[in-house]
Amino acid sequence: MFGYLTGFDTDVFDQLDRMRRQMDRMFGEVSRPAGIRSLAAGTFPAVNVGVSEEQVDVYLFAAGIDPKTLNISLQQNLLTVEGERKIQYPEKVQFYRQERFSGQFRRVLTLPEDVDPDQVSAHYRDGVLQISVKRREAVRPRQIEVK
Amino acid sequence: MSESKEMKTRESSEMQAQSEQDVFLRPAVDIYEDGHEITLRADMPGVSRDRLQVQVDGNNLAIEGQAAIDMPEGMEALHADVRTTRFRRSFTLSNELDSGNINAEMKDGVLTLRLPKRAELQPRKIEVSVG
Repeated sequence: MFGYLTGFDTDVFDQLDRMRRQMDRMFGEVSRPAGIRSLAAGTFPAVNVGVSEEQVDVYLFAAGIDPKTLNISLQQNLLTVEGERKIQYPEKVQFYRQERFSGQFRRVLTLPEDVDPDQVSAHYRDGVLQISVKRREAVRPRQIEVK
Repeated sequence: MSESKEMKTRESSEMQAQSEQDVFLRPAVDIYEDGHEITLRADMPGVSRDRLQVQVDGNNLAIEGQAAIDMPEGMEALHADVRTTRFRRSFTLSNELDSGNINAEMKDGVLTLRLPKRAELQPRKIEVSVG
């Protein structure tokens, strides 16, 4: 009556296992302790931070937002980006998927301590908000000449 | 009303990665339908119109985009939520959609696709004349 339980399509479990291994590989070792202000993976918007000798660049992947709703503030080396993406959904429609984030968001990042809050610029293009902060000169390694 | 109103769009390929090169991001989508068309909105931040590809192959709809992020020279990643710049997702369209008349718009990293239903299959209002 119940048939064979093992007669199920075992492909499903193979696929789940494969996906788990792919996820592990993509997200890497998670053994590092999380920053105290860090948010769960998958929070909107996703953030990348790049550093060079001269500056720190923060990229927020926030498609379809109105830059006028953004509130960006830098207090010493604490960067806060607040904004809102309010998606206007038409009425009387049937939804099949609703995966996109709608609402208010805030991300708080601790940048390297030598960033200069007086030298910040922000630029929004194609859904990516790029915030650049210059690093203070004093901390750059100085070349010492040998006479 | 009718039970045959099953999912009009069904995803086909899942993430298939053999190497780092093949890893794609699946963009978040909203899909909804009114009487005339199905609308799909996908988040693909960093993708401009010229780096977007929308392809219909028979019943298969594939959206693909390449994000461009200007990183200056000598920059290292300190933190990365996003590790790849390629988006891809595909769907199976049902026959009632007029795949030859898809309208695509790209603004601020959001792709909006409008897939109209075939004209003869749209609900038609029947006027009743009183006479």
